[in-house]
Amino acid sequence: MSLDTGVSGPDEAVARGEVAAGPRVVRAGRGRWLATWGPPAAVLVAFVAVWYGVSYLLLDERRRFLVPPPHDVIRVSFLDPFNLRDLLNALWLSTRVAFTGLAIAIVLGLVLAVAMNRAKWIERSLYPYAVLTQTIPILAMVPLFGFWFGFGSFSRVLVVVLFCIFPIVANTLFGLQSVDQEHHDLFTLHGASRFTRLWKLQFPTALPSIFTGLRISAGLAVIGAIVADFFFKQGNPGIGILIDRYQSRLQSEQMVAAIILSSLLGIVVFWFFGFLAHRVVGGWHESAGGGRETESN
Amino acid sequence: MLTFSQVSKRFPDGTTALAGVDLRVTAGEFVSVIGPSGCGKSTLLRIASDLTRASGGAVDVQTRKIGYVFQDPTLLPWRTVRANVELFAELRGLPKDERRRRAGQALELVGLSEFGGHRPRALSGGMRMRVSLARSLTLQPELFLFDEPFGALDEIARERLNDELLQLYLTQRFTALFVTHSVSEAVFMSTRVVVMSSRPGRILADLAVPFPYPRSPRLRFDERFARLAGQVSARLRGGA
Repeated sequence: MSLDTGVSGPDEAVARGEVAAGPRVVRAGRGRWLATWGPPAAVLVAFVAVWYGVSYLLLDERRRFLVPPPHDVIRVSFLDPFNLRDLLNALWLSTRVAFTGLAIAIVLGLVLAVAMNRAKWIERSLYPYAVLTQTIPILAMVPLFGFWFGFGSFSRVLVVVLFCIFPIVANTLFGLQSVDQEHHDLFTLHGASRFTRLWKLQFPTALPSIFTGLRISAGLAVIGAIVADFFFKQGNPGIGILIDRYQSRLQSEQMVAAIILSSLLGIVVFWFFGFLAHRVVGGWHESAGGGRETESN
Repeated sequence: MLTFSQVSKRFPDGTTALAGVDLRVTAGEFVSVIGPSGCGKSTLLRIASDLTRASGGAVDVQTRKIGYVFQDPTLLPWRTVRANVELFAELRGLPKDERRRRAGQALELVGLSEFGGHRPRALSGGMRMRVSLARSLTLQPELFLFDEPFGALDEIARERLNDELLQLYLTQRFTALFVTHSVSEAVFMSTRVVVMSSRPGRILADLAVPFPYPRSPRLRFDERFARLAGQVSARLRGGA
């Protein structure tokens, strides 16, 4: 918080208000748009160029299947309705698993963090296990889940929850505990109940870090869904199973397409939470969203 | 209004913040407490407001309508200025239209009526402090505790807010216990200046300030003002 001049009468603050609103006006301009999207677009073009270069210059025709050129990927995977349907079905299944797991992890994570914040003994009892979900090799645990709970969606969702619960718990707890002592004093002075304190002081204070946790977890949820697929090669084929299958059949165009689609899913989810953070806390928190894409909104 | 007799405070870690403090503030007084850093001035206010319990001695506060202003404006950044000013009334369970009305009045008193819709971060330090004052004014406190409220502001802003606070003191008729580092601020504002020693804090001197209210900013350049400020400084140095 900058306690700068302080001299300011009303006029100066109006000026400040305009400064605060200013960048948005500028951002709306075409130049700003180009400055924001131009460089990444240029990198994309360069990337595609290198891709073509590797396909046609580095590899001879027999080995070209290792890096199929972009237009082949598009033709075989996205323009062929039969293949496209396979891909989209798998994507949809994986999305559902990722979102279900993420939703459960969010609810469970928030509840756990609130409980840990409320009583030190709960924190001491549970936090080490929350850390454990990050430190044990989850990959090694995954087959065990299949063993116990079968190879259906339940086990997949469970893997996703395990993958993404820790960042939510840790960031929420950190946020709830980062309330200033003086703010707590104010609420104490005016006889606030524990619930009021949680709802009107701690929760809003924690929102920026909660969103940080959500963004990390959202990405992990997509990874978790695909990893679960790799291990449970049965049941409804998600995008992970598809990638595995394409690989074993040397269908590299479709494999690349599946990878692109799953990456897009991760990006969309990450972006969505960034956007949400910007909408919710962008008005008052400096580092809201933190990502570049939120700044351009 | 407020009576401390032989109040002491020892913290669990063994440090003694206050040792045998006797202090009496009668209704309508404006008493400044001045002393070196860490002398327990803030602890005095925390005890008066019941945020902390004294380890020994007797504390008698004859009102429950206490306003408390910290050095930091402690506004909630996600709330607008108006919603911040409404906060205390909200926590006290006042009905919504009553909160609105009081917040509107309080904002008017501190001259920020037009800024109700702004977020705190759009305001300057001095304006945030005014919002913090307005927030306490909504509960019409009878005893106002100030913990170096203008300590983080530059001198021009500080003097301006001194004038404004004195205006409020004259119109709202509260009793004030005002902790500060600044000798001239203490003398300018108060009916009495209490000088405290360094830790463990005890009271070294209790000086009456004879100047009548309303006080003009020019009082700061008056010879009698300078002499009194000199006395306070001497006591402060003598006990450090």
